[in-house]
Amino acid sequence: MGDHHHGPAKGIGRWLFTTNHKDIGTMYLWFSFAMFIMGGFFAMVIRAELFQPGMQLVEPAFFNQMTTLHGLVMVFGAIMPSFVGLANWMIPMMIGAPDMALPRMNNWSFWILPPTFLLLASTLFMEGGAPAFGWTFYAPLSTTYAPPSVTFFIFSVHVLGLSSIMGSINIIATVMNMRAPGMTYMKMPLFVWTWLITAFLLVAVMPVLAGAVTMMLMDIHFGTSFFSAAGGGDPVLFQHVFWFFGHPEVYIIILPAFGVVSQIIPAFSRKPLFGYDSMVYATASIAFLSFIVWAHHMYTVGMPVAGELFFMYATMLIAVPTGVKVFNWISTMWRGSLSFETPMLFSLGFLVLFTIGGFTGLMLSIAPADFQYHDSYFVVAHFHYVMVAGAVFSMTAAVYYWLPKWCGKMYNEAMGKTHFWISFVGFNLAFFPQHFVGLAGMPRRIPDYALQFADFNMMSSIGAFIYGASQIMFLYNVIATIVSGKPTSEEKVWDGAEGLEWTIPTPAPYHTFETPPKIDSAHAHS
Amino acid sequence: MCFEAKRLFRLALGPVLMLLSAATMAAGGEVSSFNMSPGVTAVGKEIYSLHMIIFWICTIIGVGVFGVMFYSIYAHRKSKGAVAATFHESTKVEIAWTIIPFFILIGMAFPATTTLLKIYDNDEADMDVVVTGFQWKWKYEYLNEEGENVSFFSNLRTAQDEIYNTTEKGEHYLLEVDEPLVLPVDTKVRFLVTGNDVIHSWWVPELAVKKDAVPGFINEAWTRTTVEGIYRGQCAELCGKEHGFMPIVVNVVSKEEYAQWLAEKQGEAAQIKDLMAQTFSMDELMERGKATYERSCLACHGASGEGGVGTAIAGSAVATGELAGHLNIGINGVPGTAMQAFGSQLNDVDMAAVITYQRNAFGNNMGDMVQPIDVFNHKKG
Ligand code: HEC
Ligand code: HEM
Ligand SMILES: [Cu+2]
Ligand SMILES: [Cu+2]
Repeated sequence: MGDHHHGPAKGIGRWLFTTNHKDIGTMYLWFSFAMFIMGGFFAMVIRAELFQPGMQLVEPAFFNQMTTLHGLVMVFGAIMPSFVGLANWMIPMMIGAPDMALPRMNNWSFWILPPTFLLLASTLFMEGGAPAFGWTFYAPLSTTYAPPSVTFFIFSVHVLGLSSIMGSINIIATVMNMRAPGMTYMKMPLFVWTWLITAFLLVAVMPVLAGAVTMMLMDIHFGTSFFSAAGGGDPVLFQHVFWFFGHPEVYIIILPAFGVVSQIIPAFSRKPLFGYDSMVYATASIAFLSFIVWAHHMYTVGMPVAGELFFMYATMLIAVPTGVKVFNWISTMWRGSLSFETPMLFSLGFLVLFTIGGFTGLMLSIAPADFQYHDSYFVVAHFHYVMVAGAVFSMTAAVYYWLPKWCGKMYNEAMGKTHFWISFVGFNLAFFPQHFVGLAGMPRRIPDYALQFADFNMMSSIGAFIYGASQIMFLYNVIATIVSGKPTSEEKVWDGAEGLEWTIPTPAPYHTFETPPKIDSAHAHS
Repeated sequence: MCFEAKRLFRLALGPVLMLLSAATMAAGGEVSSFNMSPGVTAVGKEIYSLHMIIFWICTIIGVGVFGVMFYSIYAHRKSKGAVAATFHESTKVEIAWTIIPFFILIGMAFPATTTLLKIYDNDEADMDVVVTGFQWKWKYEYLNEEGENVSFFSNLRTAQDEIYNTTEKGEHYLLEVDEPLVLPVDTKVRFLVTGNDVIHSWWVPELAVKKDAVPGFINEAWTRTTVEGIYRGQCAELCGKEHGFMPIVVNVVSKEEYAQWLAEKQGEAAQIKDLMAQTFSMDELMERGKATYERSCLACHGASGEGGVGTAIAGSAVATGELAGHLNIGINGVPGTAMQAFGSQLNDVDMAAVITYQRNAFGNNMGDMVQPIDVFNHKKG
């Protein structure tokens, strides 16, 4: 207990052995940014090759390795760890806890990540190349027909799953046991709520993913035939197992983003969230529905029509709670007193673009129409609207929003706003045209395309380069803030912000809430 | 430059054009570069109008939602002195925005269900075609016809030079094959789709068919051809390295033309059967071999055997070495390279001829011959 009042340890040991939720949160955030850059680099290779018809820069085999690694690194390396980092930093500060419930496990769940991604990236240099079967790794392309590096891929997925499960158990334990007295469930900030539900999703589906890759491993090395038709197995079984994990996974990615935006929009509208209760219920219903819609990714795989109908109706239903969320955010803004600092800009960008992604999601849910949309660029456009403009924009908003609290310094607002506008324009230029080429018949995951798709692809590549380049400005702004930002010691950096994290000193001290705060107001949540 | 600018301008107007052209598209049936094609089938048109209906519903909701949002951004800004209201929570409003979308969804579910049921109505087709996905080509096999079953492979025809930018790209770049699927017009065709190695997906947008080709399973899909013409599509499921290079071309022709084509094909098949039993002279083999070489090998091995994507045949150690080894590569390919196993694509006569040709053309002058029976025996092991 004694060393609680000391500052952080010195040197590299501080980071290697730390059990402090803020240190671990910081490491998660930097790590995920590094992965964002790496995954972004792969994306630039993809877009450069697709800039014009014909093969110019890479070979088709390498192109497939790029799309595969891009997807895996962005989903498992950039987006997921970034929100875990945010949870580490913010959840204890939001519920009035001194730290996470299981600090040593917390250290582990972070430190197994970097070697895993190093291993995954090293497959690029292996005989036969990196995995080239897409981030959805359908068997038998990922088993019988996979490069030898698939075994390393399987090992990586196992470790990533382990890390996620440890992280989520920690979050569940923290939220259930460490809330300050008086912080009832229905007073928790929405970010905490969304993460609690996300953590349950993770604990439920990561083992399913582990099962899928274990079956692959058995097929590849131990002579089983789970997914091999020749041995009496079933390649479609793989897809069911994968998407039973995969669809909840997309909500694992987006729910914390919902949470972030539900903190930021009220703060800059200077008005409480319109319907706190209904937001909580909507989140829970989305989480529930996410378990019974997985086969909407498999409409063309040859399901019986009854199954097709069931999954179509269930998927369409998701639009209801999703709509509730969007309506809530907008009525929160309604007759507020709005200002547009960078976090708000990114949240509004999220709101507009995520809604568009929700609309295309609704279109995709219509099974007969999906027979035309499926595996075309329309799907690529859809999921980038929800994952980049959804998850990544909201994560960016979160960094700008809480950075002053974390380091006691203010970022450069003009540069932040510039970053937003360039990102916004670049993103839309990159992904809006993909709706068109998809509808016009361009399949996804191809390194070269027919001439009628050329113009939109060039636009798309230009947009992608712009979006990619604008992230350098983000990195610069964050580093400049930490190094030489304008110091601020105001507890409440944003005048409209609500919640316990704004009652502690700025910058947030190494240890906070060693004695639990008193929760008095009914407005503990924002 | 000016031309470029104009083109980009037109592109920027894409969304607007999409809305305006919606009506004309539905009637016309031409291929759009920014919207779904209604295609040439009744089901395709239905899917298209379903797509447009949902698109419009989303657009209208979007205009409403974004309208409120932008009004708020405009009118309720702090810089204009807006003071925040304090209202929150209203059960009435919240019930309304849960129930109303729910009813809109039910409204969408009706047409979606009827169209889906039509897509699944596989019964009573006039003819059946087995479509098999291979890494990386399609095989078509006509069932239910009198006489020989006709079957053939359909390969990408675009030259490597076009792909690697050393010559001008043709009009149907990447969407052309050596031998298209030929179908009669006004016919309900059932496709029995399966995969040979990994999963592929057979997609022809204008015929409104997309079905996964899964090894070990036979999926059914159907279309009713209505308009003669050439319809192009591509493999839609990642199936490995050349996934982007296995297009589909369907040639819908009049019934007479189809009958004639089929008879020709059946004749060819019967002829090949006869030829299999024969022994050929060097000249015969060389002539046939040259034709086969130009059709199937030239793209990678070059017009005079100088190589390209594939190794040089002129002076190659294999083509000037032991015959069995050469034949083995022709039949089984070189796994893990672009050199495919041609044993399942070429008939034994063509295989015998092309190997003989490679051994005796381009200055290789080995003087030995391969007969169809040798190929047959090699395949048997
Ligand atoms: C898609 C491109 C492609 C096509 C088409 C192709 N080949 Fe090849 N071929 C290759 C490649 C690549 C190699 C080199 C394989 C290796 O790395 O060993 C090769 C090698 C060979 C070799 C061995 C040559 C040597 O010296 O090693 C023979 C024989 C051969 N091909 C025969 C054929 C025949 C016969 C055909 C036509 C029926 C054909 N190939 C069509 C790509 C192709
Ligand atoms: C209104 C809510 C949503 C609906 C109705 C919806 C529906 C769908 C459907 C039907 C597909 C399959 C399309 C196809 O492959 O043919 C799909 C794909 C996808 N969606 Fe959504 N979606 C929604 C929201 C989201 C969200 C929030 C995310 C993630 C943040 C997401 C991520 C994805 C991804 C990654 C894919 C493609 C997966 C792949 O094949 O690689 N979606 N969506
Ligand atoms: Cu899904
Ligand atoms: Cu394919």
